[in-house]
Amino acid sequence: MASRALDRFDDAARSKIDALGQTTVYRGELLRHPVYTRVLHWTVALFFFLALFTGFGIYLPWLFRWFTPIFGGGPLSREMHPWFGLGFVVFFTLQVLNWLKPMLWAPGDTKWMLNVHKIVSNEEKMDPPETGFFNAGQKVMFWEIVAGCVVYLITGFILWGGARYFGRIAVAISYVLHDISALIMLGGIFIHIYQSTFGEPGTFQAMIRGAVSEAWAWTFHPAWYKQVTGRDPVQACEEARRQMNAKS
Amino acid sequence: MAERKTLQTEQISGHSGPGPGRGMQREFEVCKLIDTTTCIGCKACEVACVEWNDMPFTPTFFDNTYQTMPQTSYHFWNLIKFNEHQNPDGTIQWLMRKDQCMHCAEPGCLAACPADGAIVKYANGIVDFNQENCIGCEFCVSGCPFEIPRFNPMTKKVYKCTLCSDRVGQGLEPACIKACPTGCLKFGSKDDMKFIANERAKQLKENFGFQNAGVYDPQSIGGTHVIYVLHDATDPERYGGLPKDPTIPWSYTIWKWLFKPVLGTFALFGFVGIIAHYITAGPRLPQPEPPKKEDAHG
Repeated sequence: MASRALDRFDDAARSKIDALGQTTVYRGELLRHPVYTRVLHWTVALFFFLALFTGFGIYLPWLFRWFTPIFGGGPLSREMHPWFGLGFVVFFTLQVLNWLKPMLWAPGDTKWMLNVHKIVSNEEKMDPPETGFFNAGQKVMFWEIVAGCVVYLITGFILWGGARYFGRIAVAISYVLHDISALIMLGGIFIHIYQSTFGEPGTFQAMIRGAVSEAWAWTFHPAWYKQVTGRDPVQACEEARRQMNAKS
Repeated sequence: MAERKTLQTEQISGHSGPGPGRGMQREFEVCKLIDTTTCIGCKACEVACVEWNDMPFTPTFFDNTYQTMPQTSYHFWNLIKFNEHQNPDGTIQWLMRKDQCMHCAEPGCLAACPADGAIVKYANGIVDFNQENCIGCEFCVSGCPFEIPRFNPMTKKVYKCTLCSDRVGQGLEPACIKACPTGCLKFGSKDDMKFIANERAKQLKENFGFQNAGVYDPQSIGGTHVIYVLHDATDPERYGGLPKDPTIPWSYTIWKWLFKPVLGTFALFGFVGIIAHYITAGPRLPQPEPPKKEDAHG
């Protein structure tokens, strides 16, 4: 029942927002992210960086005090930071509803995780055949952000209200948890940006134009490729290799 | 000579490195002594504080006690707290305690404050807020064991008693001291005030039958630059919630001064790690990769 209501909400949101933009999928490409997903992603990203940069000035002013003037000084940074954070949590919640199904943990993901060192070291050129729309690494990051948002929300409200409403100890603990959550996400965002740009070329356009090349799909998300095209990813890759060799 | 020198900083909140000018001149620690046994609750110190600091008069509300208001506020830094205490033998004691910033030797507010220069501890022991640097995060409120910093929702900044640093810097006593008619408030060097306080406590024990009389100078925060003489130093809580062993949360000591910079630096190492990965393992390209040019070098 609830999931049906969720589906209805997601479908309505997708169709409305998708109508506002456009996604061009050229021949040899696959649709990866519709407009709704991209809008959510970049809104979340915007609020994330606004919250991160306002937060930096409060976290370690002697290292990051040059961030606060961008937001009109320390007091204004402090005043806006909770609102940016709230924006991040709200839009990420919509993203969670949007992505809940593809982000659920699948049996192949555990295998992927056990194999992660080979992928990181670039030993295995292609992801394991079970890798679906999202790989296990992406799922871990997604659920880490979900957990992080819960921590942010609870500790953030305590810090927002302050010791006057929640007591000294609650604030002192929240402050540490809030920081830890932020540090984990900071580490995550480095990996996320790297992987989606320099680390795996061809990925960035998925969030910009919404489409990816078929070669990208069979390399990094073989099970998804198979599901969308009905073709075997390994055979498709080999065929492309033969054609490439024949040309040269 | 001594009375015309400027205040020297000892410690600055959110500041890397030592405070500028630290240890330039000899400086003795100042102290305010409050003898609760001779306070008559006249509130002259409250008025003097409001007058000297030029704070607006604001209506307060009567809550059936002699207190001017339930708690100190951002424009009322000095409040006499009245408490009725029933002794085990049935007699009543009417306790009056002047509540204000204690100017701790290890200030919890300063430890908690992330803003550079918002809280300053002077070499003479005064802990002062510089509102121009305050960002209004209210961490100091949670750092303080005495519930002293007060947030002003209009200016979004925090205020408290300055121990009249502006007067002390010019060789004058704080305004509350000047106004006290009974001499229960005294001001001088920490050593002198401790000596007088201990003498008074001895007197209370020997001559007045207050067996537990003593001096409140909590060592759990390195002592304070405002000390009390209490009728019963074993139970300071009865004086309107004076904590027996005030503490600063460990998160402001360990987390803030050790883990935060270390982990913050680690986060930057993450950036270095990514560059290292790109150089050593290289990017993962969609397969098949085009064949490498055979005559290419580098």
